[in-house]
Amino acid sequence: MQAFTVLESVVMPLDRPNVDTDAIIPKQFLKTIARTGLGINLFFDWRYKEDGSPKPDFVLNDPLYQGTKILLARENFGCGSSREHAPWALLDYGFRCIIAPSFADIFFSNCFKNGILPVVLPADDVDRLFRDAAKTPGFRVSVDLASQTVITQDGAVHSFQIDPFRKECLLNGLDEIGLTLRHEPEIAAYETRRRAEAPWLFALR
Amino acid sequence: MPLTLLDKIWNAHVVREEPGEAALIYIDRHLVHEVTSPQAFEGLRTAGRKVRRPEAVFAVPDHNVPTKDRAKGIADPVSALQVETLRRNCREFGITLFDMGDKRQGVVHVMAPEQGISLPGATIVCGDSHTATHGAMGALAFGIGTSEVEHVLATSCLVQKKPKAMEIRVEGRPHPAVTAKDLILAVIGRIGTAGGTGYAVEFTGEAVRGLSMEGRMTLCNMAIEAGARSGMVAPDEKTFEYLKGRPYAPKGADWNRAVESWRALPSDPGARYDREIVFRAEEIAPQVTWGTSPEMVVPVDGRVPDPAAEKDPVRRAAMEKALGYMGLSPNTPIIEIPIDRVFIGSCTNGRIEDLREAARVAKGKRVAAGVSAMVVPGSGLVKEQAEREGLDGIFIEAGFEWREPGCSMCLAMNDDVLAPGERCASTSNRNFEGRQGKGGRTHLVSPAMAAAAAIAGRFVDVRKE
Repeated sequence: MQAFTVLESVVMPLDRPNVDTDAIIPKQFLKTIARTGLGINLFFDWRYKEDGSPKPDFVLNDPLYQGTKILLARENFGCGSSREHAPWALLDYGFRCIIAPSFADIFFSNCFKNGILPVVLPADDVDRLFRDAAKTPGFRVSVDLASQTVITQDGAVHSFQIDPFRKECLLNGLDEIGLTLRHEPEIAAYETRRRAEAPWLFALR
Repeated sequence: MPLTLLDKIWNAHVVREEPGEAALIYIDRHLVHEVTSPQAFEGLRTAGRKVRRPEAVFAVPDHNVPTKDRAKGIADPVSALQVETLRRNCREFGITLFDMGDKRQGVVHVMAPEQGISLPGATIVCGDSHTATHGAMGALAFGIGTSEVEHVLATSCLVQKKPKAMEIRVEGRPHPAVTAKDLILAVIGRIGTAGGTGYAVEFTGEAVRGLSMEGRMTLCNMAIEAGARSGMVAPDEKTFEYLKGRPYAPKGADWNRAVESWRALPSDPGARYDREIVFRAEEIAPQVTWGTSPEMVVPVDGRVPDPAAEKDPVRRAAMEKALGYMGLSPNTPIIEIPIDRVFIGSCTNGRIEDLREAARVAKGKRVAAGVSAMVVPGSGLVKEQAEREGLDGIFIEAGFEWREPGCSMCLAMNDDVLAPGERCASTSNRNFEGRQGKGGRTHLVSPAMAAAAAIAGRFVDVRKE
């Protein structure tokens, strides 16, 4: 996983609540057995016309936002299906950070496993960023994970909270499975204890 | 201190915990399907890791499988490769697979309870958000992403923060034609699709106790549509009755010991929840969604809402977009909305009781002209049971198609897809834009409501049938 430290980019505003993972990446692209290559189909139904040409009124197709790495969204972003193809598609397209007032739980967790930083800011701060982005074409922000701040091009500073373990993993690009496997003796000890308490949970073969 | 059902299951599964950090919790059962697992197995191979406890993992292809002409195999080569990849991974890592052609094959969330894999007090995960379903057994069950699938395969554990506890109490008794599906849609309509974010929901109250195990599964299944990763119902005699004798349920002395332990699981009197919400079952009518989020729902005797009455500009814009997509005008009575397609099935409503309810409505009637209706049993065993009871004959005589088990048109990854603009009464769980096919319009309803809509060609109030 790629580490996340500081990210500076134009912010792309996607002004609708409850953006679900079906909208982020529709089902026909879930048949892949790879993690990569999904970016071209990100927001497929909103992004392309029937003939496959881009819809000019969809924000992702606005030349202003080509190469953007930060997505600004509304509440409950990433709701619905648990498909990790959603963060894979966002990452493959180039997004490394999503700012929203709230996220759906599974999507939120999936982001961290892929080096994407989901930033939760108060609704008023998000509102203000939407206004900034509307007022100033190509509005830029810098996201600094170490100091847990979003700094706008006008110098406004928005602080955010993050779980310390997730922060450490993201800052260092750590492999969570490797970290857990270091606790194998504790896992084995748990199993011995639990097998005595609830043997039926282990009587499988 | 009095404990909740969540507290008890959580406490029994903590492997290690540091203050202020997420805990490492043990996972008892891991369910796998073809869509969210290939990259996890690939990750294991790349890192040279093994599946730590293959006997606790159960796999089934469900999302991509065809629901007719199964002997011909899967026509789409990309879908076929995904299912073949699941087979190969199960062989390589020593995992039990209920493959196509096995009568136990079906939607993963129908198959696992049916096999007795999902047990009270257990932690159960699957790379699928509707894993919440298994909470109906009194388990802590939740959906995970593919990276977490890989994590559980490799370590039998997950790094998790304990969710907050929410009690949703449904008091009283619903009208006989009001089902678990209507209860959960009404809940989502009130608390919203993010209302349960960060919580595990425990459903309690007389109306919940009164539900069959199938009904409880429907209820818990859609907890995720309220934002909660887990829904749960405390185990009781109905739960034990349901589980006894199932292939993977405890046997002999283990059974007695297990039941004794399960009886201690229900929340203690006086246990505190972080949030409590109360509903009255008598006030809940059959529900129909009108928009593109499950929270956009009204009673069948209601009307499509008017965005003009919504004060919040973000919500108003979302309502306008939804109405545009759905091709509906504000204030249209729900019972005047005509439909083109009907889908009865899915992990929400593809169990035997669901098919019985739909068949009761369809018996001796005919599907309306111009309407195409299909019934997709949740598993091969549900199909077999339904055929034993003659339900297939009732459906076929009424003009419904009777199909093979799978996820089918709930998410339309196989050939069962809505055409653009087609309007569907569906017993599934999501009415998102494009969910059942690009441009398709989904209205979520109960099985009885779906069958009644098939016959009338529009929505009807099943309380008046």
